[in-house]
Amino acid sequence: MTGISNGVTAGSGSNPGLGPRVPPGSWSRRTTWIVRSVGLAAFVGVAATVWLGLWVTPPGETMGNLVRLVYVHPAVAWIALYVAFGTVGIASALWLWPRTRSSFFDRLAASAMEVGTVFTGLTLVTGSIWGRTTWGVWWAWDARLTSTALLFVLQLGYLALRRVPSEPDTRARRSAVAALVSALDVPIVHFSVLWWRTLHQQATVLTPTLSVKIYGSMAWTMLLGFVAFTLLFFWMLAIRMRSAAIEDYLDEAGLDSVLEERWAEGGVLGVGGRAVHEASVEDLETGARAGDLPLLRGGDAPDGREAPGKVPVEAGRGVEP
Amino acid sequence: MWRDALLVAGKDLRIELRSRVVLNQVLPFGVLVLVLFALALGPGRSTLLQAAPGLFWVAVLFSSVLAVQRSFAIEATDGTRDGLRLAGLEPAGVFLGKAAAVAVQLAALEIVLGAGVVFLYGAGVRSLWGVTGACLLATLGLAASGTIYGALAVGLEVRETLLPFLLLPVVAPVLLAGTRAWQAALSTGAGSAGSLHGAGFLGGAGFLGGGDPWIGLLAVFAAVYLSLGVLVFGSIEEAA
Repeated sequence: MTGISNGVTAGSGSNPGLGPRVPPGSWSRRTTWIVRSVGLAAFVGVAATVWLGLWVTPPGETMGNLVRLVYVHPAVAWIALYVAFGTVGIASALWLWPRTRSSFFDRLAASAMEVGTVFTGLTLVTGSIWGRTTWGVWWAWDARLTSTALLFVLQLGYLALRRVPSEPDTRARRSAVAALVSALDVPIVHFSVLWWRTLHQQATVLTPTLSVKIYGSMAWTMLLGFVAFTLLFFWMLAIRMRSAAIEDYLDEAGLDSVLEERWAEGGVLGVGGRAVHEASVEDLETGARAGDLPLLRGGDAPDGREAPGKVPVEAGRGVEP
Repeated sequence: MWRDALLVAGKDLRIELRSRVVLNQVLPFGVLVLVLFALALGPGRSTLLQAAPGLFWVAVLFSSVLAVQRSFAIEATDGTRDGLRLAGLEPAGVFLGKAAAVAVQLAALEIVLGAGVVFLYGAGVRSLWGVTGACLLATLGLAASGTIYGALAVGLEVRETLLPFLLLPVVAPVLLAGTRAWQAALSTGAGSAGSLHGAGFLGGAGFLGGGDPWIGLLAVFAAVYLSLGVLVFGSIEEAA
């Protein structure tokens, strides 16, 4: 409990040197520097892509201003389909392999899947906008669109599976297997949908190849877009992984600190405290949630997640008078 | 591994023979789906005939979710899973056994649903080999992927809602390939010229009714998920 209290104090900035424990998910100075530079480069890159894409490059010959989507859509799709999903697959396989198993790979896979899902969603949205204006429809049962949509559903399924509350190790194992199943499915889905389209309709009107003449400035802008969005992905991934590490720490430390606090309070309050303790055990046995217990109300969090951060403060108040 | 698989499959099938849950609940559900499709699409013969292969496979997919749920519901009670692990069975054997039991039940279900398609929708069989080949391979793939996900979801409170959401997108290729293979093998008037150009890698073009590449895809799907299940089922068992 003292460790937690010190951590909280150090975090609030009143006495930075006090906490003996390094806060979870904190980076070394070098990592912080690298992540910050990547983030800065990503934002500068995206801003430059926007500027070049909207003002500097010329409108397309046939598509007019619509051609400017070419700076965003392919780059976002490249992240979603290859970079993010590849990271998830490799990280999950590394977690499942006993010799490289570590919670780092679990967090890497989970974070990459989460950020990748955002990019898949963006791919679908930008593609849909493009399709509406060039093909005249929001959605076409084109091979790429269909397989991307299925990929999106697979990703949502993975995230739903991760949200099911369970032990960290169990969750990691389950997610890694689910990620591998999805990763193996993606090529099969891709080929089946490709054949499905080509078999269904020989001469399709909606060919994915858009006849765009790429000028010099356009090619450079496109390339910059790829680099900028890739950097953005890795920056988001790093930030997400840090918060995942903090979440994991809270899940672990949360229960410990609450338990310690309750034992401490039992000791301070003597018989009365023990009576409260027994009553709450009965509550537990009758199926009441931990958040409903009288002693734990200090957290104010219905799911008990934010409780650990607040509990020491409450405990301090309770002990002082 | 194979002996363990036989034991587990025998156990599951014996339970099914005595409880008849798949026979009395899942099978009628599948037929009901066929009837509901007919109601939704209207009584026109030609529409139903054209859609028949797809409707059959959608009905099979829905039923397979239920069959998988049933297969793991019998493991959830009385500490059966711990019992299986204590008995020293190989995880790969348990996986193959459970998948085999699901596959046998699905195959029986497909025979009835196939008959339903013939009787209710008036479809005629052009290539019996194509129809059975597609069914066998698709059943193996569905049973393998379903068993992996069923085992993943077995301990979860939300498994009834989560399992279909996880499983159905994964087996979407089975729906596509099965439907195309059936379109080639049934005389439905649609997709009879549905062979992929120069891709008859199973050989003997026409033998399977022209759906060869699709049957090949079903074979790949089944092989991928059977091997993945054999490899990772041990990890899943530890998690539960």
